[in-house]
Amino acid sequence: MAVSRIYEGHIDYMQVLDKDGGVDAALEPAIPRETLEKIYYSLVLARAWDRKCLALQRTGRMYTYAPLEGQEAVSVGVCFALRPEDWLFPTYRESFAYHLRGFPLDTVNLGWMGMEEGLKLDRKMRCFPYAVPIGSQLPHAVGGAYAAKMRGEKCAVVVCCGDGGTSEGDFHDALNFAGVLNTPNVFVISNNQYAISTPRKWQTKSETIAQKALAYGLKGLQVDGNDVLAVYKAVKEAADGVREGKPAVLLEMITYRMGPHTTSDDPKKYRDTQEEAYWRDRDPIRRFQAYLKGKGIWSDDFEKKVQESAAKAVEDAVAKAEAFRPDPKDMFRFVFAHMTKNVEDQMKECFGERQ
Amino acid sequence: MKMTMVEALNSCLKQEMGRDGSMVVLGEDVGRDGGVFRVTEGLYEKFGRERVIDTPLSESGIMGVAVGMAALGARPVAEIQFQGFEYNGYHHLVQHAARLRNRTRGEFTVPMVLRLPYSGGIRALEHHSESLESAYLHIPGLKLACPSSPYDAKGLLAAAAVDGDTVLFFEPKRLYRAFREEVPEERYELELGKANILKEGRDVTLVSWGAMTHVSKDAVADAEAQNVSVEHIDLRTLAPCDWETIVTSVKKTGRCVVVHEAVKTLGFGAEIAARIMERAFLSLEAPVRRVTGWDITIPYPKNEDYFFPDKARILKGIMETARF
Repeated sequence: MAVSRIYEGHIDYMQVLDKDGGVDAALEPAIPRETLEKIYYSLVLARAWDRKCLALQRTGRMYTYAPLEGQEAVSVGVCFALRPEDWLFPTYRESFAYHLRGFPLDTVNLGWMGMEEGLKLDRKMRCFPYAVPIGSQLPHAVGGAYAAKMRGEKCAVVVCCGDGGTSEGDFHDALNFAGVLNTPNVFVISNNQYAISTPRKWQTKSETIAQKALAYGLKGLQVDGNDVLAVYKAVKEAADGVREGKPAVLLEMITYRMGPHTTSDDPKKYRDTQEEAYWRDRDPIRRFQAYLKGKGIWSDDFEKKVQESAAKAVEDAVAKAEAFRPDPKDMFRFVFAHMTKNVEDQMKECFGERQ
Repeated sequence: MKMTMVEALNSCLKQEMGRDGSMVVLGEDVGRDGGVFRVTEGLYEKFGRERVIDTPLSESGIMGVAVGMAALGARPVAEIQFQGFEYNGYHHLVQHAARLRNRTRGEFTVPMVLRLPYSGGIRALEHHSESLESAYLHIPGLKLACPSSPYDAKGLLAAAAVDGDTVLFFEPKRLYRAFREEVPEERYELELGKANILKEGRDVTLVSWGAMTHVSKDAVADAEAQNVSVEHIDLRTLAPCDWETIVTSVKKTGRCVVVHEAVKTLGFGAEIAARIMERAFLSLEAPVRRVTGWDITIPYPKNEDYFFPDKARILKGIMETARF
């Protein structure tokens, strides 16, 4: 009996922009100037909004918030790569993506201001509401993709999670089902190096997260997640493929969460400033800005306009969200399709309408 | 020494880890970070990574591994960051932890503690605030403790740490740092299955546990000011439950109010009312009254205060029961 090799696999890493924004011409996606400007504006807006949320939480105007800073290129790259008919299942950290899919920014604020209305997503935008239990959206996206396929819709269903989420059983169930059911899914893993305090190397013994795709018969690719062009290119190619019936793809986006996990923790307890400086030096916005500069698109005047317009959008969204008053009775109205007598009685009791 | 509940739990874990070299603390962020609520702070530094494990992010993994550890001779004290994330591992509790002893006629057992921060009132995100004790109380073979003070927290956790069965330890988050009280530095145990009569009274028995005990105390004080004498019982453990203390009290007062944060339908109040019917029916002067959360999904933080029983609702329950 001989021993023969029956399986071999490999994982590629893709980067389009180097750390200083220099572009690999062979990989550079063809994107019209107007779209490049919109991508830049979206990155700037994401950061301005994110920092505002953090500030609002610190001053008691928002509840617990999960900051995005450092990872903006993943959300932005994903959303620009998708078509309107595709579906997006983001994580809570990526709620800004809803805005990129057409949802008003002030409504995104409502979720973080403690109101269910923050997830009242117009179905036409084809975004699934984020959920707090880690990784649970992954199998939902597989089921969603199956349903869309059954209905004859030619679309990709993109689902996000973090490096921590890949440890949940749901992650493995989702990849396995996606392979077996041949669903049109793209799994976008934002490997931001930490699950709260737990570093990526304690999360899994695997050298990469991308390679986990291979075990389920799917394609895996590692991507520089702080390179918005690489994210765009990888997601676009993967989405194009699954729309045409190719197997699902897992994209591991290498990025870094610059801030805390949420406003409730302090990263000083589990990582050093040297590491943060390393990643600050690979800031996704600065890199894309350098790229635009090289193409003659970016100027001081352009920057000023972008910053002013982003700041105004953020301020308007906060003012509008803070003026919103939910109807507390709604907490009783959406338990069932039709309110049961029991719930109705309790609603009356709650609001003093029955003694 | 004056301690918060977090400090009391931490003090207990340090003592138990020091006493029992087979004890292992495991969970998400329990090591270097000291736990998201800081309950396990300092354990990693003191006992090392082998005994204080920052696990991968998997509740099902944590609980399944803990069952195996307990069955083969380690003593796990597992933490699930929020009770609302526990369901991934529920099947390890229901199908294994609760019944391994029975299935092997005592040959294999699962002596472990599962710490579950529960309840609302801290303006947390969705899934962080529920009170689902009933989902566990329905499973024969699981014990459930729920402290309402730093003193009780330390004594009950010490008892849980040496108990022969799986003990679910429900920690009311809103009481974690709500107040300090005198807690002995030395080790002590509070018996699992023994309720605590916080205050004796003649007219109405009030039964509560965990976060609701604290709110109920204020309502009891107000009722007393209106000349209603309330006997306030804090259950300390829901499984096993100290039925004797409840029944004896209700036989004396003839009236009972149960307060819980969990939704009304099939909340533990229903079981308490039924037991009172079985054992003290002829002493009852009024129907057993439940003051509970509503039968709805617990709201996001903006509206969560509409959900919880508050002083006014509890007081109303006491007064209407007293005057029935």
